[in-house]
Amino acid sequence: MIAYIIRRLLYAIPILVGVNLLTFALFFVVNTPDDMARMQLGIKRVTPEAIQKWKAERGYDRPLLYDGTAQGTDRITRTIFFEKSVKLFVLDFGRADDGRDIGHEIRTRMGPSLAIAVPVFLLGLFVTVSFALLLAFFRATYLDFWGVVACVAMMSISSLFYIIGGQYLVSKIWHLVPISGYAGGVDAARFLILPVAISVVAGIGSSTRWYRTIFLEEIGKDYVRTARAKGLSEMAVLFRHVLKNAMIPILTGVVVVIPLLFMGALITESFFGIPGLGSYMIDAINAQDFAVVRSMVFIGSVLYIVGLLLTDLSYTLVDPRVRLQ
Amino acid sequence: MPIVLWTDALVFLLIACAIGSGVYVSRREYLLASWRRVGESRAGMAALTVLAAFILVGLLDSLHYRPRLEAVAGQSANGFGTEVRSALDVLLLPLKAATEKTYSAPLATHLYARETVELPDGTQARVFPRLKHGGVHLKDPAQDRGRDVARHILRGLVLAVLAGLTFAAIALQAAAVRWGVRWPAAWRRIRRGETRFAWNAVLATLAVLLLLAGPVVSLAGGYHVFGTDKVGQDVLYLTLKSIRTGLVIGTITTLAMLPFAVALGIVAGYLGGWVDDVIQYLYTTLNSIPGVLLIAASVLMMQVVIDTHPDWFATSAQRADARLLALCLILGVTSWTGLCRLLRAETLKLRELEYVQAAQAFGASASRIMGRHILPNVMHIVLIAVVMDFSGLVLAEAVLSYIGIGVDPSTISFGTMINTARLELAREPVVWWSLVAAFAFMFVLVLAANLFSDSVRDAFDPRIAGRRIAPAAQGQAA
Amino acid sequence: MSLLRVEGLRTSLTSAAGIVRAVDEVSFEVAAGETFALLGESGCGKSMTALSLMRLLPDAGANVGGRVLLDGRDLLALSEAEMRGVRGREMAMIFQEPATSLNPVLSVGRQIVEVLERHTTTQGAAARRRALELVDAVGIPDPARRLDEYPFQLSGGMKQRVMIAMALAGDPRLLIADEPTTALDVTIQAQVLELLGQLQRDRGMGMLLISHDLGIVSQLAQRVGVMYAGELVEVADRQTFFASPRHPYSRKLFAALPRPARCGGALETIPGSVPPLTTIFTCCRFADRCPSAWARCRDEVPAWHATTDGHAVRCHLYDQRAGIGNQEEGSRSQIAGDQVAGSRASPLLQGEAPLLEVADLKMHFPIRKGVFKRVAGQVRAVDGVSLGLTLGRTLALVGESGCGKTTAGKAILQLLRPTGGSVRFGGEELTSLPQGRLRALRAEMQIVFQDPYGSLDPRMRVGDIIEEGMAALGTASDRAARDRRIDEQLERVGLSAGMRGRYPHEFSGGQRQRIAIARALAVEPRLLVCDEPTSALDVSVQAQILNLLKELQASLGLAYLFITHNIAVVEYLAHEVAVMYLGRIVERGTVEEILRDPKHPYTEALLSAVPRIEAEAGRPVIVLRGDMPSPANPPPGCHFHPRCPRAMPECAVTFPSATRLSESRSVHCHLYR
Repeated sequence: MIAYIIRRLLYAIPILVGVNLLTFALFFVVNTPDDMARMQLGIKRVTPEAIQKWKAERGYDRPLLYDGTAQGTDRITRTIFFEKSVKLFVLDFGRADDGRDIGHEIRTRMGPSLAIAVPVFLLGLFVTVSFALLLAFFRATYLDFWGVVACVAMMSISSLFYIIGGQYLVSKIWHLVPISGYAGGVDAARFLILPVAISVVAGIGSSTRWYRTIFLEEIGKDYVRTARAKGLSEMAVLFRHVLKNAMIPILTGVVVVIPLLFMGALITESFFGIPGLGSYMIDAINAQDFAVVRSMVFIGSVLYIVGLLLTDLSYTLVDPRVRLQ
Repeated sequence: MPIVLWTDALVFLLIACAIGSGVYVSRREYLLASWRRVGESRAGMAALTVLAAFILVGLLDSLHYRPRLEAVAGQSANGFGTEVRSALDVLLLPLKAATEKTYSAPLATHLYARETVELPDGTQARVFPRLKHGGVHLKDPAQDRGRDVARHILRGLVLAVLAGLTFAAIALQAAAVRWGVRWPAAWRRIRRGETRFAWNAVLATLAVLLLLAGPVVSLAGGYHVFGTDKVGQDVLYLTLKSIRTGLVIGTITTLAMLPFAVALGIVAGYLGGWVDDVIQYLYTTLNSIPGVLLIAASVLMMQVVIDTHPDWFATSAQRADARLLALCLILGVTSWTGLCRLLRAETLKLRELEYVQAAQAFGASASRIMGRHILPNVMHIVLIAVVMDFSGLVLAEAVLSYIGIGVDPSTISFGTMINTARLELAREPVVWWSLVAAFAFMFVLVLAANLFSDSVRDAFDPRIAGRRIAPAAQGQAA
Repeated sequence: MSLLRVEGLRTSLTSAAGIVRAVDEVSFEVAAGETFALLGESGCGKSMTALSLMRLLPDAGANVGGRVLLDGRDLLALSEAEMRGVRGREMAMIFQEPATSLNPVLSVGRQIVEVLERHTTTQGAAARRRALELVDAVGIPDPARRLDEYPFQLSGGMKQRVMIAMALAGDPRLLIADEPTTALDVTIQAQVLELLGQLQRDRGMGMLLISHDLGIVSQLAQRVGVMYAGELVEVADRQTFFASPRHPYSRKLFAALPRPARCGGALETIPGSVPPLTTIFTCCRFADRCPSAWARCRDEVPAWHATTDGHAVRCHLYDQRAGIGNQEEGSRSQIAGDQVAGSRASPLLQGEAPLLEVADLKMHFPIRKGVFKRVAGQVRAVDGVSLGLTLGRTLALVGESGCGKTTAGKAILQLLRPTGGSVRFGGEELTSLPQGRLRALRAEMQIVFQDPYGSLDPRMRVGDIIEEGMAALGTASDRAARDRRIDEQLERVGLSAGMRGRYPHEFSGGQRQRIAIARALAVEPRLLVCDEPTSALDVSVQAQILNLLKELQASLGLAYLFITHNIAVVEYLAHEVAVMYLGRIVERGTVEEILRDPKHPYTEALLSAVPRIEAEAGRPVIVLRGDMPSPANPPPGCHFHPRCPRAMPECAVTFPSATRLSESRSVHCHLYR
């Protein structure tokens, strides 16, 4: 199993290199730094000097891949590729186009992001799996039928509607919690309760339906019939036999997103004014701050790969076939 | 001068594909049987009827032209305007042209904001001025409006009933001829659901649609049924125009990624070895960048390209269209991995089946086996993926446009409508109608798509039920 | 009073095609300490009967009538909660597929303890001790370790033993065994059957055995009920039943069974197929396929007619009042009836040069391990197989699953390129032939697969399927010639030319196998590799396919390499036999030599393990210990020695070389050096 984990880790390296090259190509080859400068400074009436100055301030005035004028290793290191892309591997993100330190921003914004993403994840998982078990228990009854109908209806509603509607109803009409904003410490709960609740509700439809399908697929298997032939009650069958087997496909979809919780939730954070990484991303997009977007893309893929690794590890917890081979 | 935008061309290509596969299916009994099962599903057929109405609007909106410029004094009349219009615009010209100054509530006769007007006696007062188009035919809006609206609705209902009866008569006649029975018998069979095809669901849905559309059409002649937005555009017009954008995103995206996903998935699964390794590496790498981020990065970059080359596009509509197409392609690039992986897994299974081995025993080449044996046996997965992706993509458009990485701000879409309208919830009193209209139409479209895709999935493969190929944005947005 | 009494049980399933009456008015009794067997072909309602008794029907099914009395208590009237107290406690069940019937993520011990904790007062450590006893009792070696293992770590036979232990945990008085050995190999089957028989005798349990195999039924049951199309058609004691089956269907079942006595002629087949159970029957269900049917059979549902003691038949032939006394002769003559002349060996061809010569064929697959997936070992699926085959002859390659016989077949056809050895076909060495030249030879050698459902592309019409080979190999160039060929092939395998436009799903298993044969024959091969072509078919259909293969060989002079585990089929069809064990051939010879007088201890055990109808008391069954080892890690010396009852010290050291016992016969065993 150790060998298995090592192999998975080694496998992550070429993928990260691929991501890195891809983002490099996307950000520096599709458009040149000149294009970006012109864009930032306004398309018309921009002097070459202004462009040069803009580039120099942000370190974009170097050659892309190879500096023939420099000496020694500088030929490689004094390039945009090395400065902007290779350094990402050691989590050196450099400065944003507005001059602020990206690494520092990320560290301070991680907290609020986690404060909203973790409760959403845990609560959402609990609620949807419970609902799905309920529907599976009452399968082929009216409860199940209308439950599925409700799920389809709920997943047909735009997530924006949940947010806008929830904000309007709870904060504006009922005045229960502040519309938006954030505070540290215990006070945060006041600001978080609504976005968490809304995010959980928004996810119920599709997740419940997905888990229900998984449960029903397991219930149709032969070993469930064996369990019933032992005289076990339907509850015991569901919790002791079905749930444990269904964990395998459920984990595939769930564990992989755990590391991505650090990234926060894009829309929710921006709507509720929570200073997390999600809203950082949106601000960067609106300001067309490519340095930030580039860093976030890289962090995102690192976290995703960590997620894949965790998924593989989590199988060993629930599936003896993986653990013992 | 007719003009074919890029997305129009792809829409027409899509229709050609649909007709082509219709012919293909009609010659194959096993495919027909599956489609018949779709036809038996009442929810599916009701959803398809609704979808058909949406598609009709979308298609009308895909026939574009540039109107000839009116001869202005001193100029020759053979130039074409830079404005691009569609067939739908022509139909909705009264709505399109009937712009007000700013907000007005549904069916209102007055603006939603006070304006300072000079009274005849020379004093100034802040009043709600009358609308230029909504309810102008009323002499005394305060008194007459209720009666007038009721009259319009009644007229609309009568029209709807008439249209419905005409359609029902045609359907009954066709059914009666086909089954060789009289009208009452045909009616009984349809009503009781004794037909294999879910005719009763189609007719009932159609009736509901007509009963809703009739009054709206009738009212739209004299009022802004859904009100107007900030710059006074009719919200009903905006909503109808949004439909095309949603449909284009939902279909062209899948169309764009389909060849890659299918070809790479099958090749990786069948050939294995280093080909498989390369393809797997490719999709794992693409997949490892969180979808929204990849879309954001690509869209930002594409925006720079478009902005630095303003000379590429003759009209602003063409530029907006290029951006829409680019968005579809980007969404396609980020969403083909799921289907590709699914197809690879299925091909791995099929490769071991005995009929594939039998073909190998005849010395059939790999490409022949992939084309003749593997592809037809994974097509149902492709079909299910296409219909299931649709609704996710429509929802994703709204989210992406909200973040600012969606369609061009000048393109009318559900996303841009919501984006411009959401700030108005903070107004006192609130402006709710454009939000509600956009959400309601989007909900109906997505719900219909979901129900239809469910029935397609059930008919073609109950096994992979619910194994969604999650579209990029929707999952992470909330 | 009998332990179990089933009265007029009716079960129906709702399906797209309508209401399926899977079990229709079935009544029987099982006494304590008695084994009652329900016998019948697939789809006749046997399993549904069992599930109805347990009230474990699928969601679409429902008991619609009758009574199931266990000790006088009507199970169908119990509440679901009360019924749960009966399942596993008073009545337990063993299922057909041990591989899927155990929960993959719970340990074996946990799954057994669960029953104890549910039904007895034994809890915790005591329950674990009891589970240990049970696992020991069903003959699992090293029970303490096995208890903590998971199902995937056990072989198929072990899993079935665990199922049995689980069923016994509640100390039930009735055991329902639904095809308990169908998924197992014949030597493992012998182990499990012996175990079941012994447990049933020791515990005085009643047992309801469900099987399609006459041999198993004759070995295990005291009384037999034959089911056809959802109803019982005959009930009798074992002796009476096997001595003289009465119902025409039962007789047909016996006649369709390939037996050495019937080698010369064609096998009896049952025309037509089982009527769909959605029909409401107003006549005898078997009438359309019955050779003895007359007008009354099509007008009137037959009643039960008890003849001698306990022997009851649902057939008009035995209606005494109708005064028909000639039934015996009537049906006898039928059995002797439609025998097709088909001769066995065509000795003329024997002197010819062999068509296929295989020498020391090896097919190894690498096992990869570790961080960099280095090759850490080899799975020796085929490890030095040599055989020869001439035109017009059939060589049967016999062995249990996992012995490498299918891999050997594919390696011979170069569907897998062998790791070593030589394959000469018509004098040409295939292993070194480049792909292009090999393609040209593909028309000469074809293959028919086991699974009639997996071997035809569901998306292609029958005509296209048959045409595929011709198109790929360019056999018949122009369209018209090809079309003619397709029609010829269809008619040659007993289908009609009109069927070419249809899709595979419209055909039954037997018909599909005919299409697969037609596809292979369309390119005019000289060698046909038949990979278990009948093992997925019911015995009456199997007979049709065997007859067809025999006819085709007689008329076309084909050579067959017949890969099978079914000894009965070998006896009927083969000229020569090669017995394979763990990648190697252990014994070769003509069919008479091998089957009459097996020399190798494995062949001996294999033959004795086959349950036979003729089995009289005293026929020894050699029950092998343990399972076949993994080909990744074969035992040193003779691969068979760890299980061999006659192993000697030297067997563990060297693999015995071939000993020639006669001109046609050789054996690899130290006993014969």
